[in-house]
Amino acid sequence: MTAAVFFGCAFIAFGPAFSLFIFTIAKDPLRVIILIAGAFFWLVSLLLSSLVWFIATKATNAQDLTLQKNLLIFGSIFSVILQEVFRFGYYRLLRKANEGLAAISEEDGPPLSVREMAYVAGLGFGIMSGAFSMINTLSDSLGPGTVGMFGDSQYYFITSALMTLALTMLHTFWGVVFFEGCERKRWWVIAVVLCVHLMVFSLSLLNPFYVGSILPVYAIMLLMAVWAFFSSGGSLHNITLLWTCRKSNAETSS
Amino acid sequence: MTGRGPGTIIGFPHKRTSIFFLSCVSASISGDTGVIHVLESEADLEWPLSKGPNPPYMVLLESSLFTKSIMMKMKNASSRVAGVVVVPKTSPPEFSPHTTCPNENTGVYTETYDHNLAHCNTTVWNPRGNGLSYEEFDFPVFSLKEDNETEVIKQCYFDHNRVVNGSGLQYPLCAMQLFSHMHAVTDTATCMRRSSMDFSTSPVMVCDPLGGYNVCAFIRPYNSTAFGHKENESVVIAAARLDSKAFFLEDSTGAEGSVSGFVTLLAAAQALCEATQEAPRTRNILFAFFHGEVFDYIGSSRMVYDMKNNMFVIDLDNVHSILEIGQVAVRSGTNLFLHSDPVSRRNNTVHDEVTNLVKNLQSSTAGLNFSFVETDFSQPLPPSSFQRFLRARAIPGIVLADHQTDFNNRYYESFYDNAAHLNLTYPSNLSPEEQLEFVTDTAKSLTEVATAVARTLFKQAGGNNSQVNKINADPKTVTQMLYGFLVRSNNSWFQVLGSSLRCVFCLSEPNPPQYYVGVAKSSHQANALTYLVQYLLANLTGTATNLTQSQCKKPDELPNESTYLYSYLWVQGMVPPNSTQRESFCVRTAVRLVKAVSPAFDLGDYVSKEYSTWTKSQWKFIKARIFLVASRDLEMLTLGVGVAVLFTSLLVTYFVSTKADVLFSSVREPNNAAY
Repeated sequence: MTAAVFFGCAFIAFGPAFSLFIFTIAKDPLRVIILIAGAFFWLVSLLLSSLVWFIATKATNAQDLTLQKNLLIFGSIFSVILQEVFRFGYYRLLRKANEGLAAISEEDGPPLSVREMAYVAGLGFGIMSGAFSMINTLSDSLGPGTVGMFGDSQYYFITSALMTLALTMLHTFWGVVFFEGCERKRWWVIAVVLCVHLMVFSLSLLNPFYVGSILPVYAIMLLMAVWAFFSSGGSLHNITLLWTCRKSNAETSS
Repeated sequence: MTGRGPGTIIGFPHKRTSIFFLSCVSASISGDTGVIHVLESEADLEWPLSKGPNPPYMVLLESSLFTKSIMMKMKNASSRVAGVVVVPKTSPPEFSPHTTCPNENTGVYTETYDHNLAHCNTTVWNPRGNGLSYEEFDFPVFSLKEDNETEVIKQCYFDHNRVVNGSGLQYPLCAMQLFSHMHAVTDTATCMRRSSMDFSTSPVMVCDPLGGYNVCAFIRPYNSTAFGHKENESVVIAAARLDSKAFFLEDSTGAEGSVSGFVTLLAAAQALCEATQEAPRTRNILFAFFHGEVFDYIGSSRMVYDMKNNMFVIDLDNVHSILEIGQVAVRSGTNLFLHSDPVSRRNNTVHDEVTNLVKNLQSSTAGLNFSFVETDFSQPLPPSSFQRFLRARAIPGIVLADHQTDFNNRYYESFYDNAAHLNLTYPSNLSPEEQLEFVTDTAKSLTEVATAVARTLFKQAGGNNSQVNKINADPKTVTQMLYGFLVRSNNSWFQVLGSSLRCVFCLSEPNPPQYYVGVAKSSHQANALTYLVQYLLANLTGTATNLTQSQCKKPDELPNESTYLYSYLWVQGMVPPNSTQRESFCVRTAVRLVKAVSPAFDLGDYVSKEYSTWTKSQWKFIKARIFLVASRDLEMLTLGVGVAVLFTSLLVTYFVSTKADVLFSSVREPNNAAY
């Protein structure tokens, strides 16, 4: 659909992730490493789950469309579960690494707090997930045509980009909440994250009924944003502080 | 999706204006996209040209609407037309995209030769010509066969692009993109200069000269390495044209335009050779099939040039007379007409020779169902290869045609000049092999013409009059040739007579060969039509020998064979009833292929007014595809939302990250609380 749509969708899908990267990650090499490792973990989880799905589809009749659709749903649920498993695995890895990093760093104490690692890891998951969702669609959008020859909606590109944006941010927030839950040994947090992830996945099955899928997903994203804000140390008080523009930290901590 | 474009820029400098283009497609390198519109009538043209709200349009029309007026209207509004796609269906009553006076600048009738006869002042040969092939269009014009893919295009149009109650259309709309980027520009001189200026080791040619091979055969062959004048030799040339063209060059069929002529000549050659093996003749006969005649006499101008410059086995002094077979299949009565040149006949010697030739022709029709009638004395020759010989020297000659004044051919040089135009009808219950053998009425009438031509040539060559009536052309040969050249090429007869070696001639496709002359390939490869005619002529006039395949390749080692006089062709042969292997054999024949490229390219004179300078543009690929396009508004909305999201996220992130210590400050790390 031409360059306008390509750039529009690219900006929508990756704009926030890009700005987060620029302002919060790029200047610290350690954060970059954790980001990329997080992306890699997500990639491995996808690879394993897609292997399962691939074997399942090859072993069955390719002509039976409902069976294939059901296999896809099964494969996706398996993938969601596997992603959360890998997120937990990454958490354990980072905890172990944190002790080692603390030992070799120049400052006293670990160079990165668990909160920061949680945020970076979540963002890593989100970027990779967004890339895999969106890159093929983006490259197709460069051509002169658009979706709709067989009755599909012509809003496919823009809704895919919006969905990808939501998913990237959701992964970030889930990372924060998940790691905080593991730190505090609140295991129900993990279960909630898993359930919300599954809920988002099942909402995406409602496509092309975009009103029914995008709006609820964005609502969930806002809720998760609030939860992540609170679990990473934010509070309403801080926000009011911000509004009044006073450096109250300097005053209260001294 | 397959489609064919006329596909070529061919440049030729016209002497009045500076540049002419032939079906020029100024297509862009990334393809031309337009919203599909299926044209239903001429009045419907208003929608793409003025009323439609979503230009540019890709207009799909059927062949009945492919007329000059519609094409010119679209040409004038070419900012709103992205391309035209033609779907050939039924033949209109008449259509000729060629000019009204074919080859008017390279024939013999110039201002200096005879002022009154130049530029078709006395007779307009092709009055139905609309010159569409010579117009320059700013958009590609494609031709699509009527099949499933065309139905898909029309269905897409009906589903998405149909106007409902005159109101606006709902996006997304069905659109089509045509790729036919041509590399050459402007005209022949410019593009040849650009090609020659490339000094790299593998220069990129952007255009190629047109040309091919003429097929020539002497009844009594000469040593093919001895060029120039032959003492005491007098030759009668029997000529016909091989090629034709259409608006879409690969669709050229030329049934009446060229096939009728050369099939008759082939049959006459067979009749003559069969009946007169031993009889001595005073004169030799040369059967010449010229290629590239449509594009300003490429083949015949080349032969005349070679003769003048001692590059051919005979020269112009050896030529006694010329008999050319023009368009002979669409008769309006029972007569065929004999055209001659009035200017050269003012010379008494020439006039006497021509009268003698006319007498021989008219006496040859004794016992046949037609007769030859001379045309009006003041009328010039129709466009014919004979004109190029006259341009060099006043040689006596006659052109046979079925038209007395203007052409009877309503589809001159168009893709409707096909088997149906010649009324080649076969009963419906015949299999293809039976159709091959069925003698149609057209075949019968052409056979009679061939008989008359053969007898005339026999008499012209000084043969004994008593033997004349034994010369008869074979109607079975004629009908098989017509079937093979116009209906189905991969029939058993062509396969028997054909070569197993040249795969361009493998005839895997059932369609007739392409009659367009094509580009002159540097690799001594001719096109399928040339090989077909060569092998047919070889089999009809040559002798089968007992040589093996390896001997056939090197016959000079044998005592009685000579490659100076003959050429040896390995012919596929028949499959005997009880086996699967073909019985191939070697044919000894006097048929030769003579290069037919315009002398202008040898001379390097790309603006020559004397010779043809037609070239064809090179191109990478020709393809088309259909898809839906979205509205511009949606695209801009997407871009706008994207830019807004990007800026907002940059701002918010910057803001949050600078105030992060304020926002996320309430809980310190446990091990920091020691401070």
